[in-house]
Amino acid sequence: MEGRIKLDIVTPHGLVLSEDVDEITAPGSEGEFGVLAGHESFITSLSIGVLTCKAGSKTEYVFINSGYIEVTAERVIVLADSAERSEDIDAERAAAAKQRAEERLKHADNVDFARATAALERATTRIQLVQKK
Amino acid sequence: MAGLKEIRKRISSVKSTKQITKAMKMVSAAKFRRAQTRILELRPYAEKMQTVLSNLAATVDTGHPLLEIRIKKKVEIIALTGDKGLCGAFNTNIMKAVIKTVKEKQSEDVEVSLSAIGKKGTDLVKRRGLPLRQSWTGLAGRISYLNAQEIAKDIIENYINETFDEVVLVYNEFKSALVQKVSVVRLLPLAKVVSEEPQEFSLPFAYEPSQQAIFDTMLPKNLEIQIFRALLESQASEEAARMTSMENATKAADDMIASLTLQYNKARQASITKELMDIVGGVEALKH
Repeated sequence: MEGRIKLDIVTPHGLVLSEDVDEITAPGSEGEFGVLAGHESFITSLSIGVLTCKAGSKTEYVFINSGYIEVTAERVIVLADSAERSEDIDAERAAAAKQRAEERLKHADNVDFARATAALERATTRIQLVQKK
Repeated sequence: MAGLKEIRKRISSVKSTKQITKAMKMVSAAKFRRAQTRILELRPYAEKMQTVLSNLAATVDTGHPLLEIRIKKKVEIIALTGDKGLCGAFNTNIMKAVIKTVKEKQSEDVEVSLSAIGKKGTDLVKRRGLPLRQSWTGLAGRISYLNAQEIAKDIIENYINETFDEVVLVYNEFKSALVQKVSVVRLLPLAKVVSEEPQEFSLPFAYEPSQQAIFDTMLPKNLEIQIFRALLESQASEEAARMTSMENATKAADDMIASLTLQYNKARQASITKELMDIVGGVEALKH
């Protein structure tokens, strides 16, 4: 369709989403940014966060766990380490992961610190996304 | 004709072999399904990543060491095989392709070094008296992304140190449960693929935070993914090949049992007839 962007979200565990959308908001490593059709071609890395895509009146939220995004005028490819649609998120698992990460942060040495922080961020983002619905 | 007892013994031995091949086939079938799911899930990601990167590499001219094409002095060939046999020509096909590639490179006056993934490949390289640079074994069955990372790290290090100027991977690409294709791919330097839709990518790309930063993380990542993909492809192919060859072995055992049973019955019949003849002969002798 005219003025639409073809959005593909792929992860090593499968294709998460492949749709024609009007507007995308993505969690870039340099800050959140929006994409409309006809956007300048660019590539950036993604941090942990939520990607929002709008198609007509429908809005979909996808949890993104780091990766890359390639934007061209009519197509967007997201290469994520992992990604889940908001309805596929396991809230209980995220809550458990959050607890685990917090526990580890309390008595973590430097090696584990970065990993635990990332785990905590993933869990928190997932939980926020579930609650948003 | 062999004695009755011997034939009976052979039948029971073939039967127990058949039980083993049948069980192995079932185990492979289960492993194969798991491997197939994993590779089918990974493929779109690996392919998209390849597209993104080749677009990049085609539109920009960077001095990144992993993209740089150097004069070929030494080529590293990696043979990706399984840890176990009993899977038809799976491992042999890889070795054939490796030997062929080695000869090709040597005829171009290029030095060759060999590495192997999987126990079979390691053994085969050694048995042929070829020097083995590096070998990774014990991956079968529980391939994880970490395995791919480890291999990629070693290759990148040696490539940057100029231990070799090109890396080629030989593996079985998974086509279907019945078809596997030996594939020879160049891992490094990363190929500048000529895009099929050049007009779309003729625009220069903008990078955030910078082209260098993106390349520095994305190029090794891509290599890891390509290796991970090859590992999974090979795993699925191996289990599929084993499934087929065990299926054939089971069928062959069935045929053998059938022909041995026939032989056994004939021998039994013959011995009964002989005994009867003896009795009848004896009775006839008494009458006179």
